[in-house]
Parts: sequence; C-alpha cells; structure tokens
Amino acid sequence: MARLTVEEVDHIALLARLTLSDEEKGLYAQQLSAILDYAAELADIDVEGIPPTATVLAVHNILRQDDIAGVSIARDDALKNAPRTDGASFEVQATFDNKDQ
Amino acid sequence: MTLCTLTIQQAREGLRAGQFSSVEMTREFLARIHELNPVLNAFITINDVEALAQAQAADERIARSEDTPLLGVPIAIKDVLSTRGLRTTAGSRILENYTPTWDATSVARLRAAGAVFLGKTNLDEFAMGSSTENSGYGVTHNPWDQTRVPGGSSGGSAAAVAADLCCAALGTDTGGSVRQPAALCGVIGLKNTYGRVSRYGLIAYGSSLDSIGVLAKTPRDAAIVLSVMGGRDPLDSTSVDTPVPDFAVAMNGSVAGMRVGVPSEYFIEGTQADVTTAVRAGIEQLRQMGATVKEISLPNTRVALPVYYLIAPAEASANLARFDGVRYGLRVPGEDLIDTYSRTRGAGFGAEVKRRIMLGTYALSAGYYDAYYIRAQKVRTLIKQEFERAFEEVDIIAAPVSPTTAFKIGEKVDDPIQMYLADVFTLPCNLAGICGISVPCGFDAAGLPIGLQLLGRAFDEAAILRAADAYQRETSWHKKRAGDRA
Repeated sequence: MARLTVEEVDHIALLARLTLSDEEKGLYAQQLSAILDYAAELADIDVEGIPPTATVLAVHNILRQDDIAGVSIARDDALKNAPRTDGASFEVQATFDNKDQ
Repeated sequence: MTLCTLTIQQAREGLRAGQFSSVEMTREFLARIHELNPVLNAFITINDVEALAQAQAADERIARSEDTPLLGVPIAIKDVLSTRGLRTTAGSRILENYTPTWDATSVARLRAAGAVFLGKTNLDEFAMGSSTENSGYGVTHNPWDQTRVPGGSSGGSAAAVAADLCCAALGTDTGGSVRQPAALCGVIGLKNTYGRVSRYGLIAYGSSLDSIGVLAKTPRDAAIVLSVMGGRDPLDSTSVDTPVPDFAVAMNGSVAGMRVGVPSEYFIEGTQADVTTAVRAGIEQLRQMGATVKEISLPNTRVALPVYYLIAPAEASANLARFDGVRYGLRVPGEDLIDTYSRTRGAGFGAEVKRRIMLGTYALSAGYYDAYYIRAQKVRTLIKQEFERAFEEVDIIAAPVSPTTAFKIGEKVDDPIQMYLADVFTLPCNLAGICGISVPCGFDAAGLPIGLQLLGRAFDEAAILRAADAYQRETSWHKKRAGDRA
C-alpha cells in the first residue's frame, strides 16, 4: 500500500514548482495514495520482454532543413501576453539573485 | 424552421442555393447563444464581432460562386485550441488574459475552408476531467437536464451541439473527452486516429494521447470536418503523411459483411443496466443490418485506467511546466524566481490540474520512474497489441462509451477515482492510438441519452463513420433533440 507522507508531498510539490496550502497537502497525500494503490495492480502483469510504448505511430526521426519553418513571431507579438516586459524582453527576477543579500 | 437545427450538409446546401445567408444563420446562432449561455455556460468566450465579419466574407465568396467545404458554416471551438486574436483560456485562470498570435493548424484549416467561428467552448481545465466541473469558468450544464453534467472534458462543445448553439464543434480527446460528452449529450463524437490531425496549436495535455476530434449532429458532418482538418502538417512531426480521403464519400455504404467485435470486458458489473441494454440492442441492430457479430476478448482493458492515470499525468507534468508566469499568463510575484514560479502555479491551477501534476511528477521522479511510468508504458504496449490482434478478426469493435448516463453536478467531485472511472471504456482507444466514435443508441429511464462506441483500426475512420451512418439510417434516437427541451 502506497502511503505518501506530507514530507513526500512537500518534496513532489517542490519538484513540480507548486505552492500548496496545508489543506491541499493533506488532501493530496491521501488522494495520491489511493490512486497509487489503484496502480499497484500493474505490478502483477507479466511485462517480461515487452518494450515500453514510446509512440503509437510507426514513425521514425523526421528530418528537415535547418531553417525557419515558415512561421515566425514578431517580437511585439511574442511579448504581448507577457505579465512584465521592458518593451524588448520578458522581465523576470534574477535567476541567481540571493534573497539574503 | 430555425437555421440553428441544420446540419453542416444542410447548411451548405441552403447557403449554396441562396435560401439564406451565412450572416442570417450566424445572427440566429449568436442570438440563441446569448439567450441560452447564461443557463448552460457552454461558451467561455462568444466571438460576436469576428463571427459576423467571417459570415459577411463568406456570403461575398458564395455570391462569387466559391464553394469550400465549410463556407459560411458556424462552428464552435473548444477553448484549448489556439485561435489567432481570440482569447484562449484552456479553461484555466492561469490563462485568463491569453490571446494567441497564431491559429492551431486544425483551426487554420477550418478558417481556410470558410468556417465561421462562433466562440470558444467550456472545458475541464487543460482538458483534465470527465464532467466540465473542473473549469475555471464555471460548470457547463447538460441541455437534457440542467442539474446534470454534460461530461467532459469537451463538455461545452457537446452541450453546444446538443442545444443547437452551433452546427458542429471541435473537441479534443485524450482519454475520452470527445466521445464521453458526446454520449452524455446525445450527439456524434468522433475521436480521430492519433496522427491524423496536427496537434500544432493545441495546448498540450498528454502529448502521446491527445487528439483533435469533432462533435456533430451527424456522422457525415463529422466526416466533412475531419477531411478539412486531417493530413500532414510540417509543424507537428507526429502528424502522419497518409492520404486523407473525402470521408463523406469514403463512409458511404452499408454494414453488410462488416465484422463487429464485442469485447466481454466492456460489459461488466457496475455499468448502468439501461446502458448495457441499449448498447446490446444497438449491436443487435447492426447484426440485423447484415453485420457479423463476434464475441472477442481484450483482457487488459481492466488495467487501462491505472496505465492511463500514470502516463497522462506524467506527460501533463512536463507539458504544464511552461506555465511559469514569464512569457504569458498569470504571475504571482514571490521572494525569488522559484518562489514566483511556485506561487504563480499554485494560484493559477485548479485542484484537478495540481493533482495530476503532482501524480505525474511522482511517477517520473527518481526511484519511481521504472516502477510506475516505464511499467505503465509496457502494459500500454500489451493493450495496443491486443487491439491489433482483435482487428485481424474484426473490422470494428462495439461497446458502451460510458458506464453511466449524465450524472448529477457535484456527485463525483470529491472522489477522483469515481470520476476517473467515467472514462474506463474510452481510455484504451487513446492508449492504442486508434479511432472511435460515439453514436446515440437510446435513453435511460430518466430520458438521458446513451452512446454506442464504435472503435476502428488506426486510420480507418471511414469504417466507423460508415457503421454509424448506416445505424442512424435505421434508428431514430438521434432525431430526439435536447434543443426541443431547452
């Protein structure tokens, strides 16, 4: 029986970049455990020598010339939906900024 | 006669003959949408201005004797497909103010074929759900009974077709999201073969499972839209370069001699008795029309649900990583960049989306990847092989779409597994990448519609369309309309 702890839920939430309330953490710990219990029956199926499905299609690598594929977005259009820009770029907090400094 | 009840085929005939204009038709639809949407909530965005401009342009082209498959025909689009210049929310608050700068290929092809876009239909957030209750824009109500769900995730599209708010609508089907709402709303729902229609511009949920389909009033209408949308697109390397027939022609014919497989695993305890009875009667009807009916077995059907609920959330957790509050959508500022990402996503996503991201992240995380994700993909191979073997003996497979008719709003929202079970008969088709259609085949004791599911070989949509069309020539279930009640 899979029983996720709140600590495990915290770890997954960090990996998934999700801020969760304490209430959500408790709920997901319980609900994800129930779903994983449901998935436990897969352990009983013999998959010896069976390849995992990567795609249902009989396609291989699709190659093309290394040039622009016909569509390109103007910079103004690309920035139009952004929450913050300086008119030429997306604005975000500094990636390596240390909040203690 | 109202123009809102017309099929695509009838609309094209009337427009071509000059019996009415696209502007008249579009005005009638918009008036009906504005009248009924406050009750049904089938549309998130109504496209009044552009629709009338498109209709005007179509009328001018018709006057010049131009003839394209959807010229002047009013269509609705599920709000997870990108529409140039028209807000696209994916049913999520995180994209409340997002307006794409390009069309999805499916949308672009409809546009080129002359379609009029009435608006964007409601859905479960990011197409994750079976009831449209997970929408960030309120639940859609079933036109047959407004206390009940329309199914999901393409619930807005199904309700819009059922209530005569459009001629047809685009939907998407990752685990049943076209077929199940079609069944619960009593309309045709066509899920195309994976690779048949380009996914470019579809806001991705489960990329190895997502397909774009059609909700329509007749199989022929679904065929017309499929022929417009289908075919290779250089912008989606998983769109297959295989010929796209004129399905409205390729579907002609009867079911005489067609071999119909009936898998015992789709007739199980827990299915509503009315559903089983109606589906069995539908299969008997096909037999009387000359089809050969054969019992078959697809033993791994029972594990399709857990396989799906590992693979789809895993793919979703990767796909939805792009919603980080940088290039588009909501941003909730935090103490540092990671905190901004986490707060943005925590505030912008709804409960079911967060649940699936968490589940998928877990299934892909170190130590669990082999046990959950890879194992699920191996069992998926078994499910696919099982269908391939079955299709050596039969031409199509017949089964229920959904174990129940439309359930009450709120009935399953607190129990994810009960909600997931609504898709138990539709998920295997997506895992195998084949095609399927939902066809009205009866009503339960409460008068709610029931769907017959017909599954076909990969790229053999013609066979299931032919069977569905032949079935409707001999039955009248589809003639009873929810619009008569609304």
